[in-house]
Amino acid sequence: MAAYILRRMLSTIAVMAMVGIFVFLLLRLAPGDPAAMMAGKAATAERIAAIREQLGLNDPVPIQFVRWVRDMLGGDFGISIFAGRPVLELISQRLEPTLSLSILTMILSVTIGVCFGILAAWRTGGLVDRLLTAFSAFGYSVPVFVIGYFLIYFFAIRIHWLPVQGYVPIDRGLGPWFAHLILPTVALGLGYIAFIARVTRASMLEVLSEDYMRTAAAKGASSYAILFHHALKNAGVPILTVIGISFAYLIGGVVLTETVFNIPGIGRLVVDAINNRDYPIIQSVLILTSGLYVLINLAVDLSYTLVDPRIRY
Amino acid sequence: MQMHQTVGGDVLLDVRDLQTHFYGEDSVTRALGGISFQVKKGETLGVVGESGCGKSVTALSILRLLPRLTAKTVGGQVRFHGRNLLELSDREMRQIRGDQIAMIFQEPMTSLNPVYTVGHQIAEVIQIHTKASRSVAMARAGEMLRLVRIADPERRVNNYPHEISGGMRQRAMIAMALACSPELLIADEPTTALDVTIQAQILRLIVDLKERTGTAVMFITHDLGVVAETCQRVIVMYAGRIVEQATVIDLFARPAHPYTQGLLRSVPDRRRARHRRLPEIPGIVPSLREPITGCSFAPRCPFATDICREKTPSLRDVGSSHATACWRAEEVMGA
Repeated sequence: MAAYILRRMLSTIAVMAMVGIFVFLLLRLAPGDPAAMMAGKAATAERIAAIREQLGLNDPVPIQFVRWVRDMLGGDFGISIFAGRPVLELISQRLEPTLSLSILTMILSVTIGVCFGILAAWRTGGLVDRLLTAFSAFGYSVPVFVIGYFLIYFFAIRIHWLPVQGYVPIDRGLGPWFAHLILPTVALGLGYIAFIARVTRASMLEVLSEDYMRTAAAKGASSYAILFHHALKNAGVPILTVIGISFAYLIGGVVLTETVFNIPGIGRLVVDAINNRDYPIIQSVLILTSGLYVLINLAVDLSYTLVDPRIRY
Repeated sequence: MQMHQTVGGDVLLDVRDLQTHFYGEDSVTRALGGISFQVKKGETLGVVGESGCGKSVTALSILRLLPRLTAKTVGGQVRFHGRNLLELSDREMRQIRGDQIAMIFQEPMTSLNPVYTVGHQIAEVIQIHTKASRSVAMARAGEMLRLVRIADPERRVNNYPHEISGGMRQRAMIAMALACSPELLIADEPTTALDVTIQAQILRLIVDLKERTGTAVMFITHDLGVVAETCQRVIVMYAGRIVEQATVIDLFARPAHPYTQGLLRSVPDRRRARHRRLPEIPGIVPSLREPITGCSFAPRCPFATDICREKTPSLRDVGSSHATACWRAEEVMGA
């Protein structure tokens, strides 16, 4: 197990090196002078020269790359061109809303998706199963911004149950924090609920037809024990996989949702950075999210051992 | 069909006119066409017949473990302690399964849950039916493993199914089935999937444990050799019906149904000349999708006459505790 984790960590370094080269070249391969591009159309020659100096663009490219990597390893992700403040500081300011939205969305999608899938598999062809089919067609095909604006229109503007937009930090009160996150969480979560529920249903259906499920029934186990104790753990590997994939995709969904609901998170930071051509921010967010992807993948692979004793690393 | 009135109070399980259908896309398969039999307290009843004759369906119908969407018991009664199991609520039925009636299955490789330890799975059935705590149940699971003669039970309780052999898994299944001291054990081909040497050990084990615990056993098998070694009485099934029931001695000495005769002849016998071709029963089992007129064995039967092809025979007595569903049983027995 320890050897496996070590091996995976080593391969992570290789993956991150590839990502690093790609992200680094993003700036250099963009047409034109990056410094002029960042400075904008109305920039003076001094401003462009200052940016070039700040980014170290006057040095040979390999040296720039080495310096860039060395700085990042030392925790220095550069200075935002637009805001003039350290990138890491900007990211950490935006972390709480994004984490709040992501974690709430995952909790919602996993609990509802897994339960929905189990119930649909338990009574195949029954009401819950048909509901799931209809719901997942809806959840897959309707984009976040459509659902988002619909939810805002109905729950916030028409019946005034929930705030329209915005974000309240958690230290300003759990209630307001939660109230502001309900609609974005639901809007973002619907697709993931559908995704997780479909996979759970399929995996459970396969397991429910196994001989050992009949053995469990022959012991006198209740339906609940049969589904949640005997079947779910056996159906766990595909479900964990899809939860991992969902979590990774979530980062993309968060960008849209934060824009629709005007939440000042990482997603908005990136969208603004792209609009402003603030390359240090874009590069840093890319590097950090790639690292997060890789870690989630590792965590998912390791979690398999928790549900299936036959999997050993 | 007259037989069950004549037996006294030692009847444990009384199955009457049990009918189970399987539903396909646009067809109905009459897997059990109304079967009646009894299991007495402490006896071992053999149920024999070839694949698809309804042996396993009988067992699953009794315990109500048929696949929910495709099969349904449409008629008859399963009386156990005076109660018709087919009329119990799901909850009442669960209290009987694993406690008063337990079952072991053909496939030890796939009948244990791969993600829980053997001990956990035995302890589970104890915890479902008694108020035993986890640790008491686990201790009892260890005792059960010792009872089924698994070496080093303290270690084996913590093994997962994939860590032990097929024979050991079937022993663990038996331990699980007997953990709550059931009055009836239904063993559905418990040795079929095992190596020959292991088969003999498992058979011996079931016979020994039955002697020791007094559990009645319903032993489902296609192997008449197994029946001879383990059972007191036998029912022979063909195409979803019982065609003969008798004591083991009578069945082997005086088979009254041509199908039973055919089965007995097709058992390999060491005394017979080696080069002689093993006799087989000609023809195939009829489809149970269409209603059968007359005796379902008639197309394959050397004794068949017009009445066999026109009227379905019922079980009738041809001796004490010996009944058969054959119009020409007397000729068959004389042959």
